[in-house]
Amino acid sequence: MKYAIQINEGPYQHQATDSAYHFAKAALDKGHEISRVFLYHDGVNNSTRITSPPQDDRHIVNRWAELAEAHNLDMVVCVAAAQRRGIVDDGEAERNGKDATNIHPAFRISGLGQLIEAAIESDRLMVFGD
Amino acid sequence: MSILHTVNKSPFEKNALSECLTHSMDGSAILLLEDGVYAAMQGTNFEADVKNALASKKVYALGPDIKLRGLSNDRVIDGIELVDYAGFVDLTESNDKVQAWL
Amino acid sequence: MSDIKKFMYVNRRAPYGTVYALESLEVVLIGAAFDQDVSLAFIGDGVYQLKSDQDSSEADQKNFSPIYQALGDYDVTKLYVEKESMEERGLSLDDLMPLTYEDEDDDWAEKDSIRVVTRDEMKELMEQQDVLFNF
Repeated sequence: MKYAIQINEGPYQHQATDSAYHFAKAALDKGHEISRVFLYHDGVNNSTRITSPPQDDRHIVNRWAELAEAHNLDMVVCVAAAQRRGIVDDGEAERNGKDATNIHPAFRISGLGQLIEAAIESDRLMVFGD
Repeated sequence: MSILHTVNKSPFEKNALSECLTHSMDGSAILLLEDGVYAAMQGTNFEADVKNALASKKVYALGPDIKLRGLSNDRVIDGIELVDYAGFVDLTESNDKVQAWL
Repeated sequence: MSDIKKFMYVNRRAPYGTVYALESLEVVLIGAAFDQDVSLAFIGDGVYQLKSDQDSSEADQKNFSPIYQALGDYDVTKLYVEKESMEERGLSLDDLMPLTYEDEDDDWAEKDSIRVVTRDEMKELMEQQDVLFNF
């Protein structure tokens, strides 16, 4: 089975991204495919590499990045939502004259079409949010 | 054609559970997760609604979220089936689409 | 993919208090380019998204209600509004923005995009979909 996963909420604020992570891991463990993880709304905040949680807590961003690396997941951050919330990659920094970038290299910024495309190409769309 | 409905809100805070119950067909599956698991417990004001749903629908609750909140599996309403994340994945396979009542 | 899927965008949030209604609408607009069989459902507080007379002149926010009026131009022409949700909120069809589209299969006749359906009809419509979007 092929899954598209959409995350609407940021890390540490809401359990949505934790649920999405555990779901994704369980699906991969069962041999399913995750065609894309799409971060939308405040969910884009799951992609900032400068996140520094207390040491005794889970590192939500790194956890996603490690899962993405292990399974070659396509982790997409919505560009419109990212711009509103200040999630920046090199391209965005250059285009919009920003003096810093903060996106984790496991993620890429792209358009909403990526969500639609994933929903078309996957067998299931899973939405995790508030 | 069947829908897996997911509810992640406490029924005391939001109306997601009641909207789910009134918008799901007989025979459909409902998974309670995150704060939604509070609706799975015996003795709440929503127990009657959930029992009523169990007469015509399948209701599941996510075990790890019950445990996380200090709730006891023994106090889960009879008829609700506990699943782990692997069981959650199975439910998305046995139903052909998912409606998340966010 | 040449297969056309039935996409339903389920709107259950009021506008402005949170960003979900606006960002959902943005997905609908982008999604319109993908030639799927698209419909929108308005359930619960989602019906408030279509309230007429939204006016941001005294609030420093963007009034995005005109976008709903443009949906017809994007071939998004099926907006199902739940009757019970309106009634629970003391609303009727007269309280909503008039939304229309031009039907190319009917000599471009102007038709209403808003279709008021009962809760039971909404349940059936949801069952008929391939993908349910939630925000």
